[in-house]
Amino acid sequence: MIGQMFSKPEKFKVYWNRLMEEIVQLGIKSVGIVVLMSVFMGMVLVIQTASSIDSPLIPLYTVGYTSKQSILLEFSPTIIALILAGKVGSNIASELGSMRVTEQIDALEIMGVNSINYLITPKIAGSILIFPIVILFSMASAFAGGYLACYTTGLVTIDTYEYGIQLFHDSDMLYLQYALGKTAVFAFIMTSISAYQGYYVKGGALEVGRASTRAVVYSSILILLFNYIITQLVLID
Amino acid sequence: MIEVKNISKTFGDTQILYDVSFTFEKGKTNLIIGQSGSGKSVLTKCIVGLHKPEIGQILFNGRDMVTINNREKKNVRKEIGMLFQGSALFDSLTVMENVMYPLTMFTKMTKAQMKERAKFCLDRVDIIGKDNLYPSEISGGMQKRVAIARAISMKPEYLFCDEPNSGLDPKTSILIDELIKDLTEEYQMTTVVITHDMNSVLEIGDNIMFIYKGHNHWTGNKESILTTKNEEVVDFVYSSKFMKMYREKII
Repeated sequence: MIGQMFSKPEKFKVYWNRLMEEIVQLGIKSVGIVVLMSVFMGMVLVIQTASSIDSPLIPLYTVGYTSKQSILLEFSPTIIALILAGKVGSNIASELGSMRVTEQIDALEIMGVNSINYLITPKIAGSILIFPIVILFSMASAFAGGYLACYTTGLVTIDTYEYGIQLFHDSDMLYLQYALGKTAVFAFIMTSISAYQGYYVKGGALEVGRASTRAVVYSSILILLFNYIITQLVLID
Repeated sequence: MIEVKNISKTFGDTQILYDVSFTFEKGKTNLIIGQSGSGKSVLTKCIVGLHKPEIGQILFNGRDMVTINNREKKNVRKEIGMLFQGSALFDSLTVMENVMYPLTMFTKMTKAQMKERAKFCLDRVDIIGKDNLYPSEISGGMQKRVAIARAISMKPEYLFCDEPNSGLDPKTSILIDELIKDLTEEYQMTTVVITHDMNSVLEIGDNIMFIYKGHNHWTGNKESILTTKNEEVVDFVYSSKFMKMYREKII
């Protein structure tokens, strides 16, 4: 499968169009749900952090600082990746599975089209390119959600929250690189696992459903596993 | 012309095809018939290269599909048009885009030329004014005709039809059969039709191979199949009430 994935495309222009389609389908169309969830998660994070601070010795700007670290390191890259694994993973597995059981993949093969290269490679490449950008949207939305929570609840003033967010700038770039890097790894994991599950479906509609479930479960488990491995490699000196 | 020579195919411990040989002639509709599970589809998938037989040769005008490399296999496949049992049209593409698809992938035609060729193929199969509809928006009979248009868009040398009448009413089935026969003669293609529909056999069976339990059990044509004394073929041909009545009448 890997060999066929990276073989030379039949017609570059067709594959470029396929890549653009997948970027829209997998990435751009996920932005709405990602933004919505991120805003609410950002709000909840601020309220929970602010409510946990009982001691007057802990400054209130800690709310902004802690929220920023949580959003940057874990919430946006990992939690959103798990949500995308559910949305995108089941979409890919069911799309390819349906194409398999309705003989559309056989039709491609008989025409002489390398079906793996045509169907799967643009999905993997597209997701690796677009998911880090989606995660940037998620981070921005979560920060905005934090502002909104400060404004609506008054637990922390906006100025204090902003001050907390701006603290310790130096490490932010490393954290951002770490977050976007692991997002690209998660994108590869979820699209390749889901594509494999869908592409090799045997049977009918029931099997397509099972393949979708397997795609989401296996992708989620591997994302969590690789999250641990990458975190250990990058953040422990 | 396609020559199948001594093909055997096994899946695990189960042997599906036993030493099958047959010649599919150019300009004729060659039928592979037999009961469900007899090995018709496996044989067809071996011929088009989706399965690899353990033994034997499959010669497309002398090129052996079993031993040629992937690049040559790809070239042979570009000469093949295939109509699948469920049409296998691409859901995400419109009728016009489906027919244009092979042209987009394998020719250097301009978009206008591709559209013109696709329009010609759609007109030839009598699909008019449905260019922008998706496969799910047209009937099963129309889907089959669009699939035929897609199959002939590259002017193939070989046309494979896997149970072209399944799921169609008798009248539409006859239209599809006639279309396949007309196109075969018009473009001088080597056409292979897999079917267990007796109407098709009697309508378009220029050459017939009867597969029984994985063996090439009988060969003939649409005339000789009615008079053969081969027990299994007689059982297959006269299995319906209508054919039984017909047999009693001719006897």
